[in-house]
Amino acid sequence: MNLTLKIWRQHDAAKSGQMVTYHVEEVSPDMSFLEMLDVLNERLILDGDDPVAFDHDCREGICGMCGLVINGVAHGESRATTTCQLHMRQFSDGDVITVEPWRAAPFPVIKDLVVDRSAFDRIIQAGGFISVPAGSAPDAHAVPVKKEDADAAFDAATCIGCGACVAACPNGSASLFTAAKITHLGLLPQGQPERAVRAKAMVEQMDLEGFGGCTNTGECTAVCPKGIPLDTIARMNADFLGRRG
Amino acid sequence: MTSIIERGAATRPIVPPPARKPGFFGSSTGQKAVMAVTGAVLVLFLAGHMAGNLKTFAGATAFNEYAAWLREVGYPALPKRAVLTLVEVVLVAAVGLHLWSAVALARRAARARPVRYARRRRSQAGGYVVHIMRWGGLTIALFVIYHLLDLTFGVANPAGPAATPYARVVAGFQHWYVTLVYTLAVVMVGLHLRHGLWSAFQTLGLGRHRKALQAGAVLVSAGLVAGFLSVPYAVLIGVVR
Ligand code: HEM
Ligand code: FES
Repeated sequence: MNLTLKIWRQHDAAKSGQMVTYHVEEVSPDMSFLEMLDVLNERLILDGDDPVAFDHDCREGICGMCGLVINGVAHGESRATTTCQLHMRQFSDGDVITVEPWRAAPFPVIKDLVVDRSAFDRIIQAGGFISVPAGSAPDAHAVPVKKEDADAAFDAATCIGCGACVAACPNGSASLFTAAKITHLGLLPQGQPERAVRAKAMVEQMDLEGFGGCTNTGECTAVCPKGIPLDTIARMNADFLGRRG
Repeated sequence: MTSIIERGAATRPIVPPPARKPGFFGSSTGQKAVMAVTGAVLVLFLAGHMAGNLKTFAGATAFNEYAAWLREVGYPALPKRAVLTLVEVVLVAAVGLHLWSAVALARRAARARPVRYARRRRSQAGGYVVHIMRWGGLTIALFVIYHLLDLTFGVANPAGPAATPYARVVAGFQHWYVTLVYTLAVVMVGLHLRHGLWSAFQTLGLGRHRKALQAGAVLVSAGLVAGFLSVPYAVLIGVVR
């Protein structure tokens, strides 16, 4: 199929950018979205043009590097997938597709579609860890954990830190990301001693980075490739307000 | 042998740390908690207000006596209007803080996304929430001002300030345009609460049963809307006169 792409091009963080139109021909429906961009880039390179910069690494939905706003939706319209897992069969011949970077002040554009997500690293550094000398791995049954808690903690731990929640949130809030880590650690015995301090420190860092506040719109969960539930944010709020439960 | 691992910063902060910590009321979560608590106060008031309105169906005397009683609850143990004044002060404070929090969060949101998407961001969830809450909230605030001028002070009422409360109600809602304005405003309150009610639970960390809370919010909002609209429409179709 033949497609028209409107892609955000920006030389570097200092320069301003604009949307540029490209045509890609003979796209196979079996290609992933990133492979389709590879095809475009090969042609741009042959023509002596600057290829479109975009982030990617594993290309199998586990690293969280890729992330594009496709037709106004983070990671494209198919649910619970990353951009690298989005296939061209979701589109039809003649489609016009807009491709934009994550838009948030704490995620400055480095080049074209690549943004700097180190703000997330700093939120984790503020409290997304457990300060105990862990030693070697204990026996799996040494500390009993309820099955539901283990499952919920694991679900929260599947967050890959891609940033789609921020990109989709009308407030540019990083609450889902922050809440996922707070839930993951807060549900497990090892996370208890620092539970209240962790929530305070991580929320404070999230605010300092310049993310917006949550108004429970639910846009984040809807686009999250891992389907992190909105309930994690309720848990983050409870921990922040110093309530247990 | 023990070794100590230094936990250094892997990435350089873009924002310099502030001289003063933002504290509870400077944090997004704290501001949101203020909104939830003040919103809950307003909802409780609305529930009482709605129940009181239904007195209209008991006739002019009952309704006017009820209106007079509101001004002297607790008398003679308490001075006249003591309870009413207290309620008024709490309500004004709640609206003020609710508005403050709404403005603070809206400004945060604007700062967090200085560059907009070229292709309009398409809602993958409810979608209407942000507009209904911010602009809808302001609509409600404007309506409350008109409502006070109409039925509390009577200056914007066809029967005027001298008429009895019951006479003012009947005089106003006979006009289709007055009923229309009230309908729009009350429906807006319903939409605000449809999201706001469950959102408040979530904000206060009580939102573990999301589906049930959301269903409950729809029911309570619909109940409030129906209760508030029953009086204007009863007057409009001539059941109450
Ligand atoms: C002064 C006019 C008002 C404005 C500007 C306003 C604005 C807002 C905004 C922006 C939110 C945040 C909602 C969100 O996205 O989660 C909110 C929440 C809420 N509002 Fe209002 N509102 C107003 C009046 C009212 C009134 C009259 C009531 C009560 C009947 C009310 C009850 C609530 C409740 C219960 C919440 C939920 C709190 C939360 O989300 O945690 N609001 N309001
Ligand atoms: S490239 Fe790793 S998740 Fe898409």
